[in-house]
Amino acid sequence: MWQATRIELFKIFRKPRTYIAFGAIAAIVLLIQMALYSDGETYLRFALQALQDSFVIEGTILNGYFVCFIVLQTLLVHVPLLIALVAGDVVAGEAAMGTLRLLLTKPHHRSVLLLSKYAASAVYTLLLLGFMAVLALVVSMAVFGTGDLFIMKSTEVVILDKSDVLWRYFAALGFAALSMLTVAALAFFLSVFADNSIGPIISTMSIVILFTILTTMDIPFFNVLKPYLFTNHMLNWKGFFEQPVDYREIAKSAGVLLLHIVALVGGAVFVFNKKDIVS
Amino acid sequence: MRKFLFGTIVLMGCMMAQAQNEQALVQAVRAKLEKVNNYTAKGRMTVDVPFINAPQSGVVVYFKKPNRFKVVKDGGISILPKGGVSINMATLLSGNDYTVVPAGKVNFKGKVMRAVKLLPLAENSDVVLTTLYIDEALQVIRRAAVTTRESGSYEMELDYAKYVPYGLPDRVVFLFNTKDYKLPKGVTFEYEKSGPKKPAPDPNKKGRIQIDYTSYSINKGVDDKVF
Repeated sequence: MWQATRIELFKIFRKPRTYIAFGAIAAIVLLIQMALYSDGETYLRFALQALQDSFVIEGTILNGYFVCFIVLQTLLVHVPLLIALVAGDVVAGEAAMGTLRLLLTKPHHRSVLLLSKYAASAVYTLLLLGFMAVLALVVSMAVFGTGDLFIMKSTEVVILDKSDVLWRYFAALGFAALSMLTVAALAFFLSVFADNSIGPIISTMSIVILFTILTTMDIPFFNVLKPYLFTNHMLNWKGFFEQPVDYREIAKSAGVLLLHIVALVGGAVFVFNKKDIVS
Repeated sequence: MRKFLFGTIVLMGCMMAQAQNEQALVQAVRAKLEKVNNYTAKGRMTVDVPFINAPQSGVVVYFKKPNRFKVVKDGGISILPKGGVSINMATLLSGNDYTVVPAGKVNFKGKVMRAVKLLPLAENSDVVLTTLYIDEALQVIRRAAVTTRESGSYEMELDYAKYVPYGLPDRVVFLFNTKDYKLPKGVTFEYEKSGPKKPAPDPNKKGRIQIDYTSYSINKGVDDKVF
């Protein structure tokens, strides 16, 4: 299995499209950091207008932790689209090139081959997330310094002590990894059905965009659907930035995402084992 | 007619004597506070405001005559209501540009206090009215209710222990009315996560900030750069 996964990783990292996601993330994170570095105070003055009418705020809000939170809040909704680029291609891409049939002539069980493909997609996903974490957290901390984390929500302001922040980022990134692996599993599942990679990539993007819109729209009819949308649970990395942390809710969401991964990867293996490979 | 005039004069005399008593009491409180030219105090601040979720934190409080006051959280963020500069009594009683009006005696936290109202003489003063409950025996202010033009009304309750000779409290509780707080989600980049929604903060609930002082360093000098 490890050998097969290494081969799959080699294939993934040989393709130029793999690096599009790294480039896009680097560009977005650096742009946000540059914008906040040059004119973050103006953004803060605008955002804090309502609060500063009644309160005097002392201290540096614009620090590395704050910048990282803004980056994650902006990016984690869109990273799934970049993951679909690779995870949607792992099976369908081979089918399109006609190498899938050749691959199956090797003395590997189909399940092992497919699981190694998912494992390789998962490694790519985790590397992408790790890359984003380093850029968003480490670089922001180095450039902006550290301090208390000031989180602006629409109805509340949360201040977290600087000694109580870093573990939250690690926990949130762990949860985000689970969320991204769910998207990878979805793209991977759809990839099994297609003979070219465009279909699963676009389908995954469409599902994520549709579910995200349903998640964010505050309409009673959609509220009924929300508990069943994985995109709704994906946002629960933010739960680690609440005081107190609602571990029960986070565990529930983690369970839902894990269930999705098992069902989607299991479903992919099941379908693939039954499938007549003609390409 | 003579009786009426006599009665009026006696009444006015009593009132003036009473006002002089209160004036003397306020002056005594002020004299105590004036012993302090500056201080640096360490303490813990607890914020209980409906829409602010902040942990209890260690703070350093700086004061320098006549009215410079600052609460600093080392390397962190502190948030205080506007008008919070008046969190210390020395600022409220500084200068002589107010009239002292006696307001009788009141029971506060199981003790009888003298109630005094301070009316500013200056027309453009931000403070419109201050009501003080003064502990006559200790010659300290135990409660102050301040109405301002710009920053609304707020109340302060003060408890004393070790630093009573300087009129400095060991605990200050600051109560104030809060406005409604709401930001568009576009500004906060907010996507709502799953789980039960928190109930909206009660806009009628008063904000409360408490500072528990652990130590004062009095009259040892405070650098102007701090402010």
